Amino acid sequence: MLVAHLDPLAASIFSLMAIASLLLAFVMLGSRWLNNYLYAFAAESWVIAALSAAVGFYGGYPELYLIALLTALFRGLFLPYLVWRIIRRLSVAREIHEILQPSSALVVGALSVVFSLAVSYRVGQSLDLAGTVAVLALTVMLSMKLIGFLMLAVRHEALSHILGLLVLENGIFLGAQILVPGMPVLIEIVILFDLLIVVACFGVLVQYLVAHVGSTSSLELKRLVG
Amino acid sequence: MTGALLLVMMIAPAASALGCFLLRARGAAEKLNLAASIMVFVTAIPLTIMSARGPYHYWADYIVLDMPGAWVTLCTAIVYLLASIYAVGYMRLLPEEEEKLWSFYALFSGFALTVLFSTVMNNAGLYWIAIELTTLVSTFLVGFERAAESIEAAWKYIIIVSAGISLALLGTVLFYWSGSFVLGPVYDMTWGALQQAGSKMNPTLVTLAYLLVLVGYGTKVGLAPMHSWLSDAHSESPAPVSAMLSGALLNGAMLGIVRYLAICDAAGVGSFARTVLVALGVLSLLIGALFIVRQDGIKRLMAYSSVEHMGVVALGFGFGGLFGVAGALYHMLNHSLNKSLMFFGAGNVMRSFGTKDIRDIRGVWTRFPVQGSLWLAGAAAITGAPPFGLFLSELVILRAGLERGYDWAVYTMIVLLIVIFVGFLNHFREMYFDREPEAIVELLPLSRWCVAPMWFALAPLLLFGVWWPPAMWEHFTAIGRVLKIGLP
Repeated sequence: MLVAHLDPLAASIFSLMAIASLLLAFVMLGSRWLNNYLYAFAAESWVIAALSAAVGFYGGYPELYLIALLTALFRGLFLPYLVWRIIRRLSVAREIHEILQPSSALVVGALSVVFSLAVSYRVGQSLDLAGTVAVLALTVMLSMKLIGFLMLAVRHEALSHILGLLVLENGIFLGAQILVPGMPVLIEIVILFDLLIVVACFGVLVQYLVAHVGSTSSLELKRLVG
Repeated sequence: MTGALLLVMMIAPAASALGCFLLRARGAAEKLNLAASIMVFVTAIPLTIMSARGPYHYWADYIVLDMPGAWVTLCTAIVYLLASIYAVGYMRLLPEEEEKLWSFYALFSGFALTVLFSTVMNNAGLYWIAIELTTLVSTFLVGFERAAESIEAAWKYIIIVSAGISLALLGTVLFYWSGSFVLGPVYDMTWGALQQAGSKMNPTLVTLAYLLVLVGYGTKVGLAPMHSWLSDAHSESPAPVSAMLSGALLNGAMLGIVRYLAICDAAGVGSFARTVLVALGVLSLLIGALFIVRQDGIKRLMAYSSVEHMGVVALGFGFGGLFGVAGALYHMLNHSLNKSLMFFGAGNVMRSFGTKDIRDIRGVWTRFPVQGSLWLAGAAAITGAPPFGLFLSELVILRAGLERGYDWAVYTMIVLLIVIFVGFLNHFREMYFDREPEAIVELLPLSRWCVAPMWFALAPLLLFGVWWPPAMWEHFTAIGRVLKIGLP
């Protein structure tokens, strides 16, 4: 188990990066411009790539360098590019109708972090890992999950939904790097490719939404009820 | 031998999808898909029988043919065959789609392939990817007709299900983590390895991971309260696709829950895990009952019936023990047959009357005596009336519940099944016996392709209602012993 006996420098670096990506998730939650979401997402992906490399270095998993490279390439460059192309085609620059003001969303997001910490602390105690970086990783993982769901719930634009889903995935990927660095490389690579296909499918569907429904806001999707 | 058969079963739909894509002609695509579905069906039967002597492992243990997986494969193969026969007739009723019909068949074969894939994945991570792929392929089938409603349904489907199964991915990672305390940091996350390591895993972590996985794959299974995509997707997709979604895909995702349930049982948190599944099952029955009673859409009615039946299957596995598992597996097969029949009938009626609204469909029996009788028999069967298969499987599940001390769930289930029986058949009473409106609508004629698969579905359903083959019972108890759900 890597996290149980980690030297203090490595532990601090891991913690710093995990917290940085959590903060970037809050940037996404607090902004209403779609472009800002996208930059924050790209930055978050780069932080995660750096984290992969750091874990590979300190934990002695050379294959993680490959994962770091692919993460930076796919999540950091290619995915944001795909999403950027969709944004450009749509001419939607920001969320117009908000259920929750960005400021209130930040408060709810903060509460979800507290909740995640409570859960992780309990799990950490039962594993005798209290006070290690594992608890922090689990907290960040769960809270990015909750923040992603919050974004899905309070935003209407199709693009915000896509980015919300990508935040969900980023959270898992980040936690997995710290908690289970030994996860087989094959699986990680397949998941990365899978993500690309997902976003490509979303792109096609968004086009259909524009062409056949005439709107990309989920507020307009209310033909099917009951 | 098994390896070769398995390979044939995977290559057939893959080749069909590729062929449709390359030839881009309607006639060839129809035949290719039909041929693939026959191949899959023909190979699935011996594979299911052979699986009893397994499990067989292939490709560095990434692929396994075991008894629970093979059973779901068989259910998938049956629905794929029936739906492919039906699709020939049904898709010809959509003249506006003639141009891109090849893409329908390519996607249809691809969808069958991904579901079949998910049943033989031995690695929890790859299983997740297979399930994700089923979503991506079927999204485009749901939105195939390109009407505003179908695109809306497709969008809701992909967003809700992707969000749901990202929870399953988190659960999978946590399961890997809990296994790494026992098996070391790098190991192959096969179902068998997790089940064996189960007794040494940390119960708190396993519980957390299981709950995430249950909600995640539960979304895909359509268990309430994560069922909201199901009614839209099932009602807006072309009828053969609805049958595949309901009869094949839902079982494929249920298989994942069952495999994780077996791991929880090994980890000593089985009774909590099963109770949660039972609670979700009861809630699905409740939601199904409420929406079935007040329903106007004919295909939405069938969709909520799927929510209900997945609830029943969840109850079977949740009760556990040999009876519970056997009843649930039998129910999977019967439901696959029955729901295909119901969707075929609904598709026929919807096309010939030109509406999805139950209030506009009247005098089905006088207009379609043969097809109407088949559909009505199917409606009686799906509500659990004897002498059809679902009656037997529900009875066994109820018995399992009483045996295992889930009395509250059993009594709630009985009440809800009665409510569903009344509500569901009331809609059929209206469609069959209510007075027809003055204006006679011109009805579209239906080909034999549209009615034949209804016969093929009803005949075994009747057979399984009066005779539960002893070999099948032994097969089920053997699966129960492999999974060890609720067994000491």
